[in-house]
Amino acid sequence: MNIELINQLGDELYHAMLAREPVAPLTSRFDLTIDDAYAISLRMLERRLAAGERIIGKKIGLTSKAVQTMLGVNQPDFGYLTDAMVFSSGATMPISERLIQPKAEGEIAFILKKDLMGPGVTNADVLAATECVIPCFEVVDSRIQDWKIRIQDTVADNASCGLFILGDNAVSPRQVDLVTCGMVVEKNGQQISTGAGAAALGSPVNCVAWLANTLGRFGIGLKAGEVILSGSLVPLEPVKAGDFMRVEIGGIGSASVRFT
Amino acid sequence: MNRTLTHEQVLALAEYVEGAELNVHDIPKITNDYPAMTFADAYDIQWEIRSRKEARGNKTVGLKMGLTSWAKMAQMGVETPIYGFLSDYFSVPDGGVVDCAKLIHPKIEAEISVVTKAPLQGPGCHIGDVIAAIDYVIPTVEVIDSRYENFKFDLISVVADNASSTRYITGGRMANLADVDLRTLGVVMEKNGEVVEVGAGAAVLGHPLSSVAMLANLLAERGEHIPAGTFIMTGGITAAVAVEPGDNVTVRYQGLGSVSARFV
Repeated sequence: MNIELINQLGDELYHAMLAREPVAPLTSRFDLTIDDAYAISLRMLERRLAAGERIIGKKIGLTSKAVQTMLGVNQPDFGYLTDAMVFSSGATMPISERLIQPKAEGEIAFILKKDLMGPGVTNADVLAATECVIPCFEVVDSRIQDWKIRIQDTVADNASCGLFILGDNAVSPRQVDLVTCGMVVEKNGQQISTGAGAAALGSPVNCVAWLANTLGRFGIGLKAGEVILSGSLVPLEPVKAGDFMRVEIGGIGSASVRFT
Repeated sequence: MNRTLTHEQVLALAEYVEGAELNVHDIPKITNDYPAMTFADAYDIQWEIRSRKEARGNKTVGLKMGLTSWAKMAQMGVETPIYGFLSDYFSVPDGGVVDCAKLIHPKIEAEISVVTKAPLQGPGCHIGDVIAAIDYVIPTVEVIDSRYENFKFDLISVVADNASSTRYITGGRMANLADVDLRTLGVVMEKNGEVVEVGAGAAVLGHPLSSVAMLANLLAERGEHIPAGTFIMTGGITAAVAVEPGDNVTVRYQGLGSVSARFV
């Protein structure tokens, strides 16, 4: 795919996000590779940075076997987090201003205290580089009509990242078993799902190591201070204005968000 | 309590359903022939099966709750879970072997179990009573095995079939209630080294101890109670996963170690 088309599609997704007007799947219109899709996502990111946003971290997506099977892939994907996406627990998230067709996922966010540069990053390196873990809701959103995504569509669209909420407590990875820690998600006061750390590639730590090693091949590192969203531990839940979501993770804490 | 079966019918059905377990063959669900059967009838059959086992020298070593997820109850159109009993030969040691030749179509579920230190008496038993009566918490893998064809049944049939009880494996690590949060306690089920199910304690009626309170209240309908020292499996946290000879299962529990078994 040539650079003009990559830039054109990156711009198209950027405008779709701003206007909250989803576009037809890229894969329904073009023949594109996953590398093309990452190039498109970088163009979309450049537009956000040019508008004054700052990169504060990265997200890992497609970490559950169910979602990978649905999209016919056997690996995760990643996107970038900017300062315009982050909210604090208890905040109100304005769907009507910022989102198109949002879905909430309960996750564990990692805050790094050291850089991680792949390849060759192990789980032990990830644990040593982690300052703390925080409960998190990632609110994914798609700039593609009706979420009709193939892997290339979601990769190009910044891994379908929308906004995210960081929770009310942070703990050292020394104090919690990230594989077995349990997650309970409630929507409007009703419990809708439970999960545990192993739902994301066997462990959220595996996900962060995968990201460091994958980005390392492009010469990109994970930086001290960055937020890394490690992947959903429960099924995605569509949300609309008026909904209230709460997630609690055993041994870590909770996060909540209200949508307007 | 509304009943439709005669004592003779209860005895005959107990022999029929327990016979399916002991002889390892499946049967059609019994409500096909007795469509008017009630829950009271079904529990009469279950208690008769319990008496038959005890009369043969099998000690009753605990109780179990079934159908404890809100989703499953809504699906079956009921508002309460069901209970069953555990006989001594159901117990398999941690790391032990489950002989599939003695089972029809086994499935496994990850559960949290408790042992009581004081009696619990319904009606009106609540989670506060339960908390005060818990001696300790212990992780458990339950093996269920419906005696009904293709695991297809209605609630009344499954009550008569002792809530599909068949085997259970308890872990070697106990915990005080004060040291664990049973609501957010996570479980990870692995079959042959692959993660197949995950969940947290809240999947059981919002809190596994709510299940114990409901058990006390269900037993009270028959004038029974939960004696001190009772081992109780509170209900499946995960979906039931089918197992077959050659499978190796490990379930990891947040803060409570792991439980494993081999199926041959």
